Amino acid sequence: MAVKVMIPTPLRAYAGKNESVEIPATTVGEVLKGLTDKYADLKKHLYSDDGRLRSFVNVYVNDEDIRYAQKDQTPVRDGDTVSIVPSIAGGLKN
Amino acid sequence: MSGHVLKLRSDLAAKIQAHGMQTYPHECCGAILGRDANGSREVMALLPLANRRDDSPRNRFEVTPDDVQLAEKTARERKIELIGWYHSHPDAPAKPSEFDREHAWPWYSYIIVSIRTGQPREMNSWRLRDDRTGYDSEAIESPVRLASI
Repeated sequence: MAVKVMIPTPLRAYAGKNESVEIPATTVGEVLKGLTDKYADLKKHLYSDDGRLRSFVNVYVNDEDIRYAQKDQTPVRDGDTVSIVPSIAGGLKN
Repeated sequence: MSGHVLKLRSDLAAKIQAHGMQTYPHECCGAILGRDANGSREVMALLPLANRRDDSPRNRFEVTPDDVQLAEKTARERKIELIGWYHSHPDAPAKPSEFDREHAWPWYSYIIVSIRTGQPREMNSWRLRDDRTGYDSEAIESPVRLASI
């Protein structure tokens, strides 16, 4: 079983310049592990040093934000599309 | 310097400055749309966006995933790309903060304009390094215009 993972433009250089890749998985956690196993350079941009998904990395299964589903345990099915969507933040220090 | 160059017309630079003046003393933010061909980038349009950090807009900005998708859609409709983001630093230099670095994406151009006591000062562009340890400066150039004959 494989799902299609949409790679956002800023990360394509770290994913073989692909717009999307197929990853066999049954949960979002397996998708992200499969993706970062295949393209190790993605890991530092998706995960912080403590191993958590960075706060500005948003993951959707089809149109559903996994934060409002079962997070890493959100199930995926053959033919689903998993999208990594940036949010953008910054600003001055206090 | 990294060798990166971002071409930015003076009218578009003025639009970024005006947005920063309008939202001062809060930070402004927006999307940069344009073309990237083998690392040579040109800004074609700007998409001013609302700063979603209404709890701390003087020293933070945030663009939601919905607004990112809106920017991508706008770029697609115009047959160009989403190539970066701009924001202002009210009463502070136009260089990335540690908070900026922690939240930055690679590849994108990040333009920062300094607004001091409501007036625009320097504007710089930056790109996050691959290893996320810091930024490389990206030179901002005005495109050369051909003289009319």
